[in-house]
Amino acid sequence: MGYLADGFAEALRLIIRMDPEVWGITLVSLKVSAASTLIATILGVPLGFSVASREFRGKGFVITVLNTLLALPTVVVGLSVYAFLSRRGPLGSLGLLFTPAAMVIGQSILALPITAALSLAAVQHIDPRVRETALTLGATAGQAARAVLREGRFAILAAVIAAFGRVFAEVGVSMMLGGNIRFYTRNIPTAIALETGRGEFPLAVALGLILLSVAFGVNLVFQRLQRR
Amino acid sequence: MRIPVLVFLAAALLSAAAPPATAAERVKLATTTSTVDTGLLDTLLPPFEKKNGLKVDVISVGTGKALALARNGDVDVILVHAREDEDRFVADGDGVNRRDVMVNDFVLLGPAKDPAGVIGKKDAVEAFAAVARAGAPFVSRGDDSGTHKKEKELWKGAGVSPSGAWYMESGQGMGATLMMADEKGAYCLADRATATAFEKKVSLRILCQGDRRLLNPYGIIAVSPAKHPGANYRGAMGLIAWVTSPDGQKMIGEFKKGGIVLFHPSAYGEAR
Repeated sequence: MGYLADGFAEALRLIIRMDPEVWGITLVSLKVSAASTLIATILGVPLGFSVASREFRGKGFVITVLNTLLALPTVVVGLSVYAFLSRRGPLGSLGLLFTPAAMVIGQSILALPITAALSLAAVQHIDPRVRETALTLGATAGQAARAVLREGRFAILAAVIAAFGRVFAEVGVSMMLGGNIRFYTRNIPTAIALETGRGEFPLAVALGLILLSVAFGVNLVFQRLQRR
Repeated sequence: MRIPVLVFLAAALLSAAAPPATAAERVKLATTTSTVDTGLLDTLLPPFEKKNGLKVDVISVGTGKALALARNGDVDVILVHAREDEDRFVADGDGVNRRDVMVNDFVLLGPAKDPAGVIGKKDAVEAFAAVARAGAPFVSRGDDSGTHKKEKELWKGAGVSPSGAWYMESGQGMGATLMMADEKGAYCLADRATATAFEKKVSLRILCQGDRRLLNPYGIIAVSPAKHPGANYRGAMGLIAWVTSPDGQKMIGEFKKGGIVLFHPSAYGEAR
């Protein structure tokens, strides 16, 4: 029980001292998760948008599959990507395994269903008359789509935030594909796993608090952007 | 309004994708948790990295997984402890130039009350048999690590195939397993290095030690360049040369934690 209080004290110490190793670990977390959130946004939002705004056979099935993928276990993503990136795998010659790039690939796959499924739901909830009106007013298909996106921008940004939260806190993909290499691929979640395994509970709790603080900061930025 | 978000994320993408400023040569070393958790590699590796201007990427996993990563050519060199598996690894042509590095030993820990009556037994196999006879709780790594392999060997020696409610497999690292055994008031086999590191964190006592069968030899092996041309063979051989050099061996022998020597160098014959 006492290690929770010790964890708070330790977190404060680490933040005030600007501990260089903790700072480096935090940067790895931020860079990798921001990059994968961007990729998942670029691919996922248009995917969700096009599924939502089109009628086709099997649409209900596609939506169910997307929603199911929200429950994708991180270790399964890690294992699957490992099969491709391993030297024995089809992409082995790229030498990507145990690099930050491998973590970005795994986290993007993890985040993609979130940006896709949530922006799909966002677009579905927009009044169809927005698009119809735009078209009646002489908008091109592209302009009409933009009007719909504009209408759903808060919900879509929420999808991006949810995706970032998921990848920023996950440990399975980062451990399998990054390898938790010190000063290179160690991020906050794998560092927490390591310190817990070592029995350094206060340090693990401190890192958890730092993760939450950074997530808080990122969300403040997002909120700022949302208000503009 | 979504443009600034994208700019922010794009900047992050570029900085994550860009190679690190110092694109030094890297050697990937898969090793067991014991060499990392004790801090041995933090002492042993920096002089080597500095001298050769390269970077050793340490991936700390159980011996079983380290061997699997090496079989797939995903690392360049392994430092592990499971002699039979190491020999098979070399015999299969997956690894070359195996060298002895160091020895430490395993200890059997248990609650101070010692319900199985292990205290006083010099023979590790007898101690294991006593735990099974008493049906006293025992927590196993259960993860195919070097420690788990040694444990299975000792059960086999005792003529016991452990199963039942008293036998729990944690499937986790040594530290986590020790803490689980502590919570459950159970017996547990651990390498001395980790047991020493956790001395103050758990209330378990070392109840059986010193049997020759508890010796735990570590070996270092390069991944075969014939099988995996992509592997950094030169870097792997450099690391093996350093670890088994007189200076490297001296460093291992002088490495202490809490005033206790944890690993005994063995590149030039068994240390003890």
